[in-house]
Amino acid sequence: MRLFDLSLRFKLPLWGGGLIVATALAVSTSFVVQAWDSLNQDLQQNAEDIGRTMAPSLFPVLLHDNVWGAFEIVSLPFSANPETALHESLIVLDNDRKVYVSSRPEEHPVLTELALLGPDYAALDGDLPMAADAGIFARAARGAQRIFVAVPIANDGVRLGTLIVTYNKSLLWQRFSRLLNRAFWITLLVLGVLLPITAYWGRRMMLPMRLVTERISRIGSGELEALDPALYPYKDEVGQLFLAYEAVLAKLREKAEFEKEMLKSERMAAVGRLTASIAHEINNPLGGMLNAISTLKRHGDPDPVTQKTVSLLERGLSQIRETVAALLVEAKVKSRPLGAADLEDVRILVMPAANKQGTRLSWVAALPNALPLPSTLVRQVLINLLLNAIAAAGHGGQVAVRALTSETHFVLVVENTGQPLLPEQLTRLFEPFTSFSDSGNGLGLWICYQIVTQLGGTIGAESSKKITRFTTIIPLDLQHDASTAQNLPD
Amino acid sequence: MPKFVKLVLIALWLGASCMGAQGGRESRTIRVAMTPAFLHDQHALLAEWRDYLEFRLNRPVEFVQRDRYRDTMDLLQQQKVEFAWICDYPYVMLKKELRLLAVALNQGKPSYRSYLIVPARDLQTRSVHDLRGRVFAYADPYSNTGYLVPRFEIKQSGADPATFFKRTFFTWSHRKAIDAVAAGLAQGAAVDSYVWDALHKVRPDITAKTRIAWKSEEYGFPPLVAQSNVPDADFLLMQDVLMNMKNDAHGRLLLARLNLTGFIAGSPQLYDRVEEMMRLIGER
Repeated sequence: MRLFDLSLRFKLPLWGGGLIVATALAVSTSFVVQAWDSLNQDLQQNAEDIGRTMAPSLFPVLLHDNVWGAFEIVSLPFSANPETALHESLIVLDNDRKVYVSSRPEEHPVLTELALLGPDYAALDGDLPMAADAGIFARAARGAQRIFVAVPIANDGVRLGTLIVTYNKSLLWQRFSRLLNRAFWITLLVLGVLLPITAYWGRRMMLPMRLVTERISRIGSGELEALDPALYPYKDEVGQLFLAYEAVLAKLREKAEFEKEMLKSERMAAVGRLTASIAHEINNPLGGMLNAISTLKRHGDPDPVTQKTVSLLERGLSQIRETVAALLVEAKVKSRPLGAADLEDVRILVMPAANKQGTRLSWVAALPNALPLPSTLVRQVLINLLLNAIAAAGHGGQVAVRALTSETHFVLVVENTGQPLLPEQLTRLFEPFTSFSDSGNGLGLWICYQIVTQLGGTIGAESSKKITRFTTIIPLDLQHDASTAQNLPD
Repeated sequence: MPKFVKLVLIALWLGASCMGAQGGRESRTIRVAMTPAFLHDQHALLAEWRDYLEFRLNRPVEFVQRDRYRDTMDLLQQQKVEFAWICDYPYVMLKKELRLLAVALNQGKPSYRSYLIVPARDLQTRSVHDLRGRVFAYADPYSNTGYLVPRFEIKQSGADPATFFKRTFFTWSHRKAIDAVAAGLAQGAAVDSYVWDALHKVRPDITAKTRIAWKSEEYGFPPLVAQSNVPDADFLLMQDVLMNMKNDAHGRLLLARLNLTGFIAGSPQLYDRVEEMMRLIGER
């Protein structure tokens, strides 16, 4: 796996951590460089100060050739705390560039030539100005191990010698490394605080992203899992992602629902076509047979037994015709427009059934004027739905009817408070011969469905614990004919 | 300070104030010059010794400290001090003008030596002759053990003390001569054995950096002297107090801290050998 393929969960803290480390390094580096500079300057300044203060007191001592006095003066700075003294040694040179006295007499023996003390000193020996009026001379060669500051011991134009303040760069480095060490630990401490915060922040930041990613990748397999918006209540991009995911999810659900509906409609259409063709096939010979029986009854002279048989045939065939007629819902029937009286007729018709059951019927119908809908068919639909509802509501139940009109649609809602419908019942509700009660033949809702569909409308049912509701919506512009109505509405 | 010493001190002080109340205290100050013939930078010890002497003499006592023997000699000659503790060499030089007051006992004997000391890491040097061409530290030009002895040794071997060493310098005290060798500034020095031994007790870390390469014969210990004008009464009182130091607890304590066993009257003959050396080297 490549580095950039890593989860953002790790990449984000890594990147943040990298930035923090880089910042810390940059700050530390600048601090360190500055510290080195100031330490160097301090050192030089310190050397010059020492030289300036010490050289005058060395003059009389040299004048009296007091070696011990000179030694006491140069070793004074080291007597208190030899370890922390910045300067490595103080050397007094005579005018022949020989050691007069040094604070480190064992390393710089009395009367040794400066050049013989070591390569650093030899280099210094070459540069050292020996004029009586020479100023302070500092030498900090890059390659050299020591830094020198030479102060002439002179008075009134007479030079008796030179005081050399020597620093070992290792000492400088030692001090510097102490600073460096401290800087390192402080940086480490800061990183120790900041990095876990970044890691935590990154993970926190990535958690909702990860959830969204997981959900989206699972959409393909059909799982539409909702995201709890409480997981991320903020309105930034991640919050918007949450919302967008929710929107996508809603659309997908709608689509799935729609597809289901479409499937159902197609099935219903297929069933409709099949039923219609079978009904026609049955209807044609049936008409002939009934005609033949009628002719036989009118013109023939059958004996009583034959007569009885013919009557039996006639009743059977009539029953077949009724069933077939019920299957063959014909919406093209010419009929007068629907008026308020039609609905009122239906109410009067079903009232006895309701009263018999003890079902309360609430009725809200507002039809300001006649609607361009076939009254016979609408009445049939309403009667079927109402009788079903009354039957479902049972004793002491309630049935409510609302008939509403808008500019474009007629809406009919029939509710009952009976036993709720099961989901599997809901899916097959409008198919023929699916009866859920003992009394019906299972064609009532089929007829309703056929009528409404042929009128270009929709009929649907929903059922909750308290209420089962059938909603019928029929458009008022009757452009549809039966053939187009066979297709899907909308 | 041990408790009993304090008690003794208090008792003595009470006694002295009674005496003072009866006899009255003489106000003339006795001045004693001190030289680096011993560890003269032990100021607390000197102050205590001064208090002791004041108490014993019932007189104010002033210690006058000078680093150089010559200065002390001047003080004596100019009669600016009554007494002085000087080296044997100045004593011999000023013998005629001085009276020998007392001689301290160093490890029971009124004598001391010159130590030739070298840095501890120098394991070869056996005598001053091995130090030819080196840097050498002298104590004081009026010191016997710190100046006369090494030069005498060199002269005895036929060399010239003035050119024998590459470089010589004075530290103006035995103690500092030891420091010079310990620090490595000088590769050799001649010091007072008494000073080295005393320092060895107080600061063994310093003496450990030096090695005694050679010990001289014994010489009379640096004497306490009186200038010729000191009244006999003062002279005898002072002598008595010094010689009786070993007889009281406080005195013994001070002696122990001075690394001495006591004081005796001494005799000028103790210093005949120094005088002889001076004559031999041509300085007398």
